[in-house]
Amino acid sequence: MALPVGRPDEPDLEQIEVGLLLEGIYRRYGFDFREYAPASLRRRLRRRMDGEGVETVSALQELVLHDPQVMERLLLDLSINVTAMFRDPSFFLAFRQHVVPLLRTYPFSRLWVAGCSTGEEVYSLAILLAEEGLSERTRVYATDINEAVIDLARLGVFPLDKMQEYTHNYIRAGGTTAFSKYYVARYDGAQFARSLADSVVFAQHNLASDAAFNEFHVITCRNVMIYFDRPLQDHVHRLFYESLAIFGILALGQKETIRQSPHERAFEELAAEERLYRKVR
Amino acid sequence: MSYELIAIGASWGGLHAMSALLDGLAPEVDPPIVLAQHRGVDSLRGGLEALLQKHVERPVREPDDKEPIERAHVYVAPADYHLLVENGAFSLSTDERVQFARPSIDVLFESVAAAYAERAIGIVLTGANEDGARGLAAIKAAGGMTVVQDPASAERRFMPEAALALAGGADAILPVGEIPGLLYELCVGARA
Repeated sequence: MALPVGRPDEPDLEQIEVGLLLEGIYRRYGFDFREYAPASLRRRLRRRMDGEGVETVSALQELVLHDPQVMERLLLDLSINVTAMFRDPSFFLAFRQHVVPLLRTYPFSRLWVAGCSTGEEVYSLAILLAEEGLSERTRVYATDINEAVIDLARLGVFPLDKMQEYTHNYIRAGGTTAFSKYYVARYDGAQFARSLADSVVFAQHNLASDAAFNEFHVITCRNVMIYFDRPLQDHVHRLFYESLAIFGILALGQKETIRQSPHERAFEELAAEERLYRKVR
Repeated sequence: MSYELIAIGASWGGLHAMSALLDGLAPEVDPPIVLAQHRGVDSLRGGLEALLQKHVERPVREPDDKEPIERAHVYVAPADYHLLVENGAFSLSTDERVQFARPSIDVLFESVAAAYAERAIGIVLTGANEDGARGLAAIKAAGGMTVVQDPASAERRFMPEAALALAGGADAILPVGEIPGLLYELCVGARA
């Protein structure tokens, strides 16, 4: 009997394969990528398929389920969010203008960098807080789903060949000194000052499955939720709402909005263009 | 078959080509138009939409993440993001540059091929690099309509030529001024 199937290369088939792979990963390793945005997820799976030299998602699934090392590599592909120090310099300018004055009113404040990836944003904020004289009065919690990525973030070493771009960003972000003061060149890496990380706590945390763990005055989560689908975004918005103190600040990426999120009405815009929101109820 | 999305990729010379295309566009051609135009990270926020808006009535927007894709809109990929489509909504990514570009035309087009397949029209305009070639090949493989700006008429011919080479030709190769007429035929003529 001939089964009524489509062409083997039709997009729907790959969609079935992706669904099976994600289900398998969840059941075997406990990581839940089932609510990730499908288009970006597929690109990242393709990259791992190329890396492992396999042609189909099903072939990748066989490797991932039987070889935890392949899972570790895939986890890196799925969890490293590419960013830059002082990405969107105007955001950091707005942070200085709108958020720093609020932080000054607290004797001590807690910031959460949710989905910190390899740490570029964490060190950018640490530099900003140091320049505003707030380092001693703030603690930055930097979390990511992936332990290996957090270890990288903790090192505070970024590619030396990026320093020109980052210096450019830093200046436009309102930096008050010479950017090169913050790092020393080591081989092809720029080692950032250990003192910057003194006020930072790095920890593993899964936005999809872990609960609130503290009350924060500021949460930044920029260009992390773009990799999630709408239901998971709503879930994370709820987590942030629960984790923010009243009048706490939520910072999203330049193209992310709180509109249509379940807690839209609990926030007012602090700097709409820069996607800075303040919890008011 | 009716077309539900028009994806356009442009690089060097793209602003002029895109302006000419929008100038000639009939209002009845109403599938959403999604443009990936290469540009610098520092390019003025909102600058490209404002320039293109002068050439067309329908709204020109940089979409937010997960924004629904609407008919009779022109969408422009934001600087320093990849723009992807899925299930009637946009999705953004900050993943590595592809073909040295973010936004990358390949990234947009490959997502269009996966989500819209034969309901998509892919158009590669002027440019001086190879971005868009793989993406156009993907749209073609998925059964979509492929259009390439006639290299002889392009401000930079390299990108259209690369697309034609990799995709093995296109359904239509036209000067940019004739593309609106083709879109009318494909999107409006077919309905009548």
